[in-house]
Amino acid sequence: MTHAAAPTVADAPLRLTHLERLEAEAIHILREVVSEAEKPVMLYSVGKDSAVMLHLARKAFFPAPPPFPLLHVDTTWKFRAMYEMRDRMARESGMDLIVHRNPEALARNINPFDHGSAVHTDIWKTEGLKQALDKYGFDAAFGGARRDEEKSRAKERIFSFRSASHRWDPKQQRPELWNLYNARKARGESIRVFPLSNWTELDIWQYIHLERIPIVPLYFAAERPTVERDGLILMVDDERMPLRPLERPVPRSIRFRTLGCYPLTGAVESRAKTLPEIIQEMLLTTTSERQGRAIDHDQAASMEKKKREGYF
Amino acid sequence: MAASAEGRGYRPDALAAADIDAYLVQHQHKTLLRFITCGSVDDGKSTLIGRLLYDTKLIFEDQLAALEADSRRLGTQGQEIDFALLVDGLAAEREQGITIDVAYRFFATEKRKFIVADTPGHEQYTRNMVTGASTADLAVILIDARKGVLTQTRRHSYLVNLLGIRRLVLAVNKMDLVGYDQAKYDAIVADYREFAASLGIDRVDAIPVSGLRGDNVTAASADMPWYSGPHLLAYLESVEVDLTAAQALPLRMPVQWVNRPNLDFRGFAGTIASGSVRAGDVVRVLPSGRTTSVTRIVTAGGDLARAAAGQAVTLCFADEVDCSRGDVVARADEPPEVADQFEATIVWMADEELLPGRSYWLKLGARTVTATVHAPKYKVNVNTLEHLAAKTLELNAIGVATLSTDSPLVFDPYARDRALGGFILIDKLTNATVGAGMLHFALRRSQNVHWQALDVSREKHAELKHQKPAVLWFTGLSGAGKSTIANLVEKKLVSLNRHTFLLDGDNVRHGLNKDLGFTDADRVENIRRVGEVARLMTDAGLIVITAFISPFRAEREMVRKMMSTGEFIEIFIDTPLAEAEKRDVKGLYRKARAGQLRNFTGVDSPYEPPESPEIRIDTTRMSAEQAADLVVERLLR
Repeated sequence: MTHAAAPTVADAPLRLTHLERLEAEAIHILREVVSEAEKPVMLYSVGKDSAVMLHLARKAFFPAPPPFPLLHVDTTWKFRAMYEMRDRMARESGMDLIVHRNPEALARNINPFDHGSAVHTDIWKTEGLKQALDKYGFDAAFGGARRDEEKSRAKERIFSFRSASHRWDPKQQRPELWNLYNARKARGESIRVFPLSNWTELDIWQYIHLERIPIVPLYFAAERPTVERDGLILMVDDERMPLRPLERPVPRSIRFRTLGCYPLTGAVESRAKTLPEIIQEMLLTTTSERQGRAIDHDQAASMEKKKREGYF
Repeated sequence: MAASAEGRGYRPDALAAADIDAYLVQHQHKTLLRFITCGSVDDGKSTLIGRLLYDTKLIFEDQLAALEADSRRLGTQGQEIDFALLVDGLAAEREQGITIDVAYRFFATEKRKFIVADTPGHEQYTRNMVTGASTADLAVILIDARKGVLTQTRRHSYLVNLLGIRRLVLAVNKMDLVGYDQAKYDAIVADYREFAASLGIDRVDAIPVSGLRGDNVTAASADMPWYSGPHLLAYLESVEVDLTAAQALPLRMPVQWVNRPNLDFRGFAGTIASGSVRAGDVVRVLPSGRTTSVTRIVTAGGDLARAAAGQAVTLCFADEVDCSRGDVVARADEPPEVADQFEATIVWMADEELLPGRSYWLKLGARTVTATVHAPKYKVNVNTLEHLAAKTLELNAIGVATLSTDSPLVFDPYARDRALGGFILIDKLTNATVGAGMLHFALRRSQNVHWQALDVSREKHAELKHQKPAVLWFTGLSGAGKSTIANLVEKKLVSLNRHTFLLDGDNVRHGLNKDLGFTDADRVENIRRVGEVARLMTDAGLIVITAFISPFRAEREMVRKMMSTGEFIEIFIDTPLAEAEKRDVKGLYRKARAGQLRNFTGVDSPYEPPESPEIRIDTTRMSAEQAADLVVERLLR
């Protein structure tokens, strides 16, 4: 987003758009963390929010590459297209990519079909993330979470402090004033940092559109093999998905509003093949983004509980 | 119901449905407004925000279904939707029915995106409201039309004004419960304006609303034809954003990070806090004071010709100036001040109270230094705005105090520039953010004068002399023995190859201070000048010895604060008045007693003995020679 600074009369004020202000805020946050943390890392989940966050990091440190690695906490159950995009973006950004798979989950073959979404998510993602942060000694981790995603996020700080056991205490959050972030912590403790805190889903899409940021093709509608289960349209992404009796994959024109493990991520029927069409659909839609995620339906305050336990 | 779900006053999706490309172009040019809502638990604040979110279609059907279920289970509105439940996030607060923290909400219209800081009105109010207000351009002050201006209304207004929010809009809520009565509304607004004027707030806009029924929230109210102004949303869409004002100030950019990917590129990354910069501009890097010019304004999207407040950029300079994180790039001819002692308003945010004298981390811009807060001058009763005596500040207390930092800070007064005048205090042990502050001014007026950068540093001067500079400050009654002992100390130090200089009270009054008499004001000025001279001499690397009565604690403290930590050594020559008067070497006591000498310390002018001097010499138990040995030993050990 360059401002074509026309040589105007007597320096007329530059009217920054909301996206320009959000971009500047995120860049400011990224630079603060790099200056104050000892060993930062960017959690890269390959979704659209991660795509925006990575793009902002490349802008923040330009012409240098971002001075931290990308960390993908893998569950082995992501969509194939996500793995392709992940490897491509690591190559293009010139950043190191660390892939962590919880060895215990791997050994026990934890999967959403046999163990259910809660156990699957907890062992692969929550435990996997803690393992990776401990293993590499990262003291600050960027995440792409936004405050508009759900209610417990709305109160989380941009710099969210975690104890040595990775727990979040919503009552012990540090007040955050102006753009002065307190990144100080004791050895063993860490901070999760959310540069996109003040972005909404619409902001993310508009920014991707404006900046032409590459995203996983699954966000665009296409004919894909699907089954319908428990009210969710699931995509049969590989042969590991056990089909129920009489269940046959049906081709449907679908796309995803959010991406995660394919057996847990519900698709929406759609014909939106371009970003403007996606944005249009989003504006006219009547359900919230997280509805496609099985994880939130478990219990009312499920997200807050998961976050206290160390989920990102 | 004045505005039902079917009859929403605001329809954001019409253009999106008809022409998405036109919609996108329109939404790319939206601006951003951040505001804070202030009200107490019963003012209907959550309901009002919930209504804004609902009417601007930020609530989806699945959320609405959950809301309807929650409303029946937990709501306070019978069978109707309880909008407050949309806004109250964490499980604990849902049960208590109150919000406990600052939450940020988002909504947008075709003209603007809004970020609302929602803060509670109960006992944690000060901390949370100050936090929410620190990033807000505007404050919406909620008043319950049935209750009018309350103590908490005044408290909220004081706090947002303290944080520098210059734009207030009064939302007189629950108009439906007072029969949409114009007289009631007018009385409340007049009452509030009178109070606001007493705070120095000159502009207050007001809107009569009903958050519950939707009157004047996102659509004009049919029940209040007497009100012809904009509804709340229209007002928020059209009000001017603060960023424009920040751009009119002189350039300030705290350097966050030095970008040096290879030997050919050296850039200084930061967010422009105020003003604007063009390629070619001459800038000054502070605190060093070096000037250079900007060769490039680098961004990933290409170099810019000009950048202004709010933008995150990377600047390249024409010269290899020394510049690192925490330094401030400023307009060369309008630099900010540099100082290490300040007066500030401090808001305390931790359970453990402020400990005057304790070291805290202070972060301002991109600089973190060690700071000591002195005992507060007073604290403010936020309900009555009275000034109260205070020894400390407890959680949620607001006070005015002076503070000193261990290294110079580049700053602007908060009232002029929020970005370079606001700071946070961090506990060094727990790392918690314990306080926030707003700088008023530097304690020493001389700090307003810009520092010329010098190539030979004070460290270099001291190094050449193989010594650590110090000030040996002798204080005591006339005739106590200050000059005698000071003279012996200097002789002993010189014999040890130390570079010294003795400033004697009588001698200085023959030259530098010959225009000064012995009134209290002149005594203060006498000591101030001597302090300055002593400081220059320590800069030159000398061990300075001073022998002045220096009767007042405040001035001795002032001189102490001028010096680096540990450099000021206060030596109290403790001779009782009777003893000094008995000696009366110069015959001055006799004259004073005879009324021939006015304002004589100990006779008709007070002497305030030091409370904790570094060295105390009791001349009734020790000879001058022994005293001098003691001082030299203490200095050199």
